[in-house]
Amino acid sequence: MHIPDGFLDVKTAAAGFVLAGAALGLALRSARRALPPERVPLLGLAAAFLFAAQMLNFPVAGGTSGHLLGATLAAVLLGPGAAAVAMASVLTLQCLLFADGGLTALGANLLNMAVIAPAVGYAAYSLAFRAAGRTPRACLFAAAWGAWCSTVVAALCAAGQLSLSGLAPAGVVFPAMALVHMLIGLFEAAITALVLAAVMKARPDLLTGGEEAPPARAAGLVPIGLCVAAALALFVAPFACGWPDGLEHVAERLGFAMRAAEITALPAPLPDYAIPGLDPAVLSAALAGLAGTAAAFLASWLFARALAPRPRVEGSGRA
Amino acid sequence: MTPAVVARAGPLHRLPAGLKLAAATAGVVGLAFAPRDAFAVFGGGAAVVVLLVLLSRVPPGRFLRRLLLVEPFAAGAALLALFPPGGLLWFLGLLARTTLCLALLILLTLTTRFTDLLGVLRRIRLPRLFVTTLALAHRYLFVLAEEAARLRRARKSRTFSRRRGAAWRGSAAVAAGLFIRSFDRAERVHRAMRARGLPE
Repeated sequence: MHIPDGFLDVKTAAAGFVLAGAALGLALRSARRALPPERVPLLGLAAAFLFAAQMLNFPVAGGTSGHLLGATLAAVLLGPGAAAVAMASVLTLQCLLFADGGLTALGANLLNMAVIAPAVGYAAYSLAFRAAGRTPRACLFAAAWGAWCSTVVAALCAAGQLSLSGLAPAGVVFPAMALVHMLIGLFEAAITALVLAAVMKARPDLLTGGEEAPPARAAGLVPIGLCVAAALALFVAPFACGWPDGLEHVAERLGFAMRAAEITALPAPLPDYAIPGLDPAVLSAALAGLAGTAAAFLASWLFARALAPRPRVEGSGRA
Repeated sequence: MTPAVVARAGPLHRLPAGLKLAAATAGVVGLAFAPRDAFAVFGGGAAVVVLLVLLSRVPPGRFLRRLLLVEPFAAGAALLALFPPGGLLWFLGLLARTTLCLALLILLTLTTRFTDLLGVLRRIRLPRLFVTTLALAHRYLFVLAEEAARLRRARKSRTFSRRRGAAWRGSAAVAAGLFIRSFDRAERVHRAMRARGLPE
């Protein structure tokens, strides 16, 4: 998801820097207040940990492998403010040390992966954690679900930035990014839950998941939430309605007549209840999105059930 | 890694870090926001980059390897630009623009110590906590990467299964072990900082 230089236009890059700067400034303030002094070096070490953890390979298929992104894992382990600072350090290091992710796109990349990803991941995590009953299994499920949500939302925001910059029509960028990252999100969810389960087994004291954030800390996070909302309103919302037009446009340009066939082949669930002003393409896209989301939710639940710590002692302790 | 290269100083290595960062930023901004069909600009940029690489006495092989390492990601993302009509020219322009920016950034990282860049970031008044976090992250990045390699080796030597599930669990256990170790190390680092006079 690292956007390189040359992909964003001036206005998008500038908006990325402004929003990311504001949100990270707030996150730094909240981290400074919430972290006890002996935990300050933890920010740097957590960043180094995320960097090193991203180098671990998880084999997928046919010799390819993926790696952890880590925003939600960090948010669950350290809290969202500290996770944002640690992720921002990782991204800045990747840019200035390895030229991974552009310098002009750094603002947008920070916004997507260091602000939106941990914020959305933590929000989804804490909602699901509370709803599922605050057990270790609920923690794993909520973390997996949060990881999926954070990956998809961050990708949608990146898609918004790319299409706002005129790289390619929204009808191409959004479905492509959404589809790919709904799959990558499953992967991220699995790794996040696996790593959390291993931490839980070895050092349950490090997981503060059982406690609720004190109100003072939660209050400090509201402005960050506002920054996230502003970013989504700016980069994603304009396309929520413009998308089908773009899709039609591309379909015409590319001349693939598949679309019409597809729509008739898939019996619409509410054929006679066509909502005025709602294109069948929007409906099918929305339904596909919903189905994917429900599937991810279910997968997170099942995975957490399988992973939740059992009394049985396994031979795979700490290496 | 980078420090070893920097030690072999060429003329670019000796320039102040702030100047290099400013020049690289200016170059990247100029190129990244150039129109996508400004091939004359890209040609000029390419000539400047080649000249700078030769001048810097950075081994060209190392420079190209670094470039090839990140280029596939940029090229893959650039494929999206093939979709609009007349996409090929746009795609080539985008690719040229992105590659030149990458080359400039890589040249910067190959000729400048990261600690010097951190000094510049501190001087331009980035929040102290963020610069400290960056410095610590950079300091422990290679330590933890090595630790991860050790953990992985230890696990590999005791794992006889080639199943994917086992590999995933193994990598996850390594990541978890790494987190626990960095958590504990952070406490030791803080104690060491206090012992050396970090104000409370």
